[in-house]
Formats: sequence, structure tokens, C-alpha cells
Amino acid sequence: MTEVKASMAGSVWKITVSEGEKVSSDQDVVILESMKMEIPIAAEADGAIKELKIAEGDFVNEGDIIAIIE
Amino acid sequence: MTYTEDLKERIDNIKKGGQEKYHQKNEEKGKMFVRKRLELLFDDDMDIEDAFFANSMDEDLPSDGVVTGVGQINDQDVCVMANDSTVKAGSWGKRTVEKIIRIQETAAKLEIPMLYLVDSAGARITDQVEMFPGRRGAGRIFHNQIKLSGRVPQVCLLFGPSAAGGAYIPAFCDIVVMVEGNASMYLGSPRMAEKVIGEKVTLEEMGGANMHCSVSGVGDVLATSEEEAITYTRSYLAYFPANFRNKPALVEPKNVKGFEKSITDLIPENQNTPFNMYDLIERIIDEDSFCEIKKKFAPELITGLGRINGKSVGIIANQPRMKGGVLFPDSADKAAKFIQLCDAFNIPLLFLMDIPGFMIGTKVEQAGIIRHGAKMLAAMSEATVPKISVVVRKAYGAGLYAMAGPAFEPDACLALPTAQIAVMGPEAAVNAVYANKIAELPEEERPAFIKQKQEEYKDNIDIYHLASEMVVDAIVDPDLLREDLVKRYKIYEVKNTTFTERKHGVYPV
Repeated sequence: MTEVKASMAGSVWKITVSEGEKVSSDQDVVILESMKMEIPIAAEADGAIKELKIAEGDFVNEGDIIAIIE
Repeated sequence: MTYTEDLKERIDNIKKGGQEKYHQKNEEKGKMFVRKRLELLFDDDMDIEDAFFANSMDEDLPSDGVVTGVGQINDQDVCVMANDSTVKAGSWGKRTVEKIIRIQETAAKLEIPMLYLVDSAGARITDQVEMFPGRRGAGRIFHNQIKLSGRVPQVCLLFGPSAAGGAYIPAFCDIVVMVEGNASMYLGSPRMAEKVIGEKVTLEEMGGANMHCSVSGVGDVLATSEEEAITYTRSYLAYFPANFRNKPALVEPKNVKGFEKSITDLIPENQNTPFNMYDLIERIIDEDSFCEIKKKFAPELITGLGRINGKSVGIIANQPRMKGGVLFPDSADKAAKFIQLCDAFNIPLLFLMDIPGFMIGTKVEQAGIIRHGAKMLAAMSEATVPKISVVVRKAYGAGLYAMAGPAFEPDACLALPTAQIAVMGPEAAVNAVYANKIAELPEEERPAFIKQKQEEYKDNIDIYHLASEMVVDAIVDPDLLREDLVKRYKIYEVKNTTFTERKHGVYPV
């Protein structure tokens, strides 16, 4: 099990995967919006999205868990 | 036995290092014997070795656990000290310390690079009065390192532990190469942490190579094996002169690696859409010439050495792919040290800007982003080597300043046609200036109003407008950028300036 964490504070702009979907390492799973920039957050391991912990529009802090990959 | 036979036998015994069981233990951990490391490090083997017989009256302490001498790397003489962890875990006795001090004095006299191959448990407590507190005690090693800093390149290769006071050897080097799994740095061991402060933690978590190269930033390069660490060090040193008086050696120029996508194809027009800055770097430098420093630490800023037409260049580039390329306390620190390193050894600088600014918010303010950012500005400002900044896309706010904007005397500030220089981006600016006005408007009129104001704002910060105001020195076709840089670095090469006269600045830390 691997956690995908927010690399910086910002709001969730787009979720590009859905629960159960297979992802590979380095694939973007969520795009945050922060400092007026798109901040892609990539998976750090291959696997399937077990759980998405956030919804579009949510504020996340640096280090917050965004998704769980199994 | 003749005199020479006796000598030979003594030499052979000392060369073996510590007891066989310790050699075996090291081998199990993937650690090479110190003399094997040195063989790999140098072009040939070490040329001269001093104080080989140190402490040889004690059979258990051959060379007193450290090898010191001079050999060649890339045809350049370098001084080296290398702990022998088969001898009392590489711990320091009185003669160990004296040997290290002497080889540092040699590096200072000859003005040649000094390498530290560290693999040591720290001080021999039983010898502390002789090796710890005095004039030529271990403190003198650090004092010498500080004095050598910026005079000659100093590199630390960390193969094993570097504990307690010994952890300051890496701290005072230009860079620290750490071998994953074996290298560690800590002031107090996990055992001590548990006893003294009650913390339960593993060595890897608290002082391991991964942690130091990605979280603390005390390590610079993470190597997966000792061979890799040695190979990296050899190629790293090729970018440097022997000392601050000289320039780096020229190497055979190479063309840029061929790519399908040109620079123009690479850069998204939408300022907010990320792209991979490594792709741009590769299209500017000689093929396969990038030697990155602190790759895993604060990756929103890329720092590394490369070559442009055979000449060493230090590259500082925002990475929009990571954290939007925003500057954080750690990235500012990373830049400050890298700039100092290049400036000290006459390596020209190249800044590639695509930066929304410094991070804002409570977390970074509490972390002191203002003083960390100030470090970067101070180092950049003070660098007198040829300095070129390229505005690739956005350069907002203090980001423009930190990345060698026009006010900081770069030899040239160039812009690509995609450049956008402003106090802040159009979205933020319109919000800031017209917040009240927008609130007064009926909701349905707001989007059109915002759009119109953003367009007006964009016209005002248009790069041709800024070039017409002579803010930038040139607007360059992205695919001719390298050509322009080659010419400019050649012209600026003769630059010889002193930043200002004084003892030293009072630097932000």
C-alpha cells in the first residue's frame, strides 16, 4: 500500500483517476491548483486506486493524503 | 632477515588493514576495503602515501585507521584521507587526527582538491585527551576545512557512518556523496536518542542516506553502490579547476543530443501548464554532460553542472513539473549553496526562469522563507562569474529577483518569446487591483470584466513592451538559444570583477 500525498498546499483542481482504476508509477492522479499553477501529483508506485481521500475543490495541506494505492 | 625484507614484511602487514573478520563483515555489507576504494578512485593507484607507519608499534592499529596521500583524478593531483573501517571501526585516535590535519595542510600548500572518504565510528573515547580538545585535536580538522572552503574543491564520499563530531566533515564539504544502505550521518545514534530524549527511531530514518539526500539536504548525491559514488566523484571533479585561481579545463565540445521535439514545441503557451524543465536543459547543453547535485532534495529547483560547447556551466532552473516551480525555503537554500560553489571555482552561471514566485502561507512564513530566500538572493547577487539569466516563461515577483533578474547585474538577461515578467500573474493581479469593483458588479458581468482586465494586464506586461523598455537585453528564438549562449559565454569569459570591498558581508542565514 502506498499513499499519494500533496506536495504542497493548494486546492484540488482535477482528479484524473477513479477508485479501482489501475495506475502506474509516475502517472498523474490529481492536479492541484496552487499559486495559480497546475500542480500535478503523481503516483509513486504501480497498483490500483484503493481510495480517493479528497474531492475536487477541497483544500489540502502539504503532506495530506490524497489517495491510497494498493 | 635483511633490512629490506624486514621493511617489506612490515609494509605488507600494515597494508592488510585490520583483522580478517572485519574485512568479512564489510564485504557482507557491500563495502570495499579502503585501499580498493582508492585504487578505483584514482586514475592509477595512489602515488604517494604519508604516515603509513602511524601507530605501527600497535599491531591492532595499522596506519592508525586512516590512509592519507596524493593521487591523480582526471590527470589532476588531489589529496585524500580515507578511513579504514577494518581498524577499530575507522575510529579516530591521536595519530588519525594528526594525519588528517597534515593532508589538509598539504592540500592548502599545493592548492589542490581535498577528498574525504569517510567510514568512521567517531572518536576513540579512550584517546580523547590526545585527540579531542587540543590545538591539533579534531576541531582543527573542521577549522582547516572552513579555511580550505572556496580555495580548493572539497568532496566527501560517505561509505559508512559519520557520527557525532565526525558528521561535520561532510557538512563543510562542497558536496557529499552517500552510498544507500551504508552511509549515515547523525550527531547522536538511535541508541543515544532513546536513552537521552526517549525517542525510538531507526538509523535509516534518523540519519540514513535516503533521508539526508531528500529531506535534510545534508547529503547531495545518493549512490546505489560504492562504485557508483566513486564514478560520480570522478566525473564531478572534471567540471572543476584545481583551485580558485584557475578556470575549469575545457573538454571536447559535443553537440546537443538530437530530439524530435524542438524547444518551441516543448514549452506550453499557457503559463500555468507545467512542462519538464529537464527537457529544456538537455536541448541547451552538450550531450550527456549533465551532472546533477541534490536531485532528490527540493526538486522544484534543479541545480547541476553541464557543459556548453565544452565549457563548464552551473545551471539553476525552476522545475514547473514539481510544486509548480515555486521557490520554498529548501529550494532557496539549495540554490544559495550551489551558486556559491560555482562562483568560488569560476564556473559561469545560467539561470532558467519559469517561476510563479516564492511560496506563501503560514507554513513557509513560520519556516522563515524570507531569510532563506534572502540567502539565495545574496549568493546570486554576489556571484561575479559570467552570469546569464533566461526568462523562459513567467518570472513573477521576487522570483525574478532570485533568479538573477536584470537588477542583479547579470551579464545578460535574455527572454524567450513566451516570457512574462510581472509582479504577479494576470489572474492574481486583477483580483488584487479590482477586488472591490468585481464585488460591486452583478454576477453575470463579472467574467467579462475580469477577462477584459486580464487582457489589458497581459498587454502591459507583454515581453516586447518590456524589451522596448530595455528591461531584457534580447528576445531570443528558443531554438537558437544555445547558439546565443555559446557566443555570450565566450565573450564574457574575460570578465574579472570584484563584487565590493569589505571584510565580508553580514549574510542572512
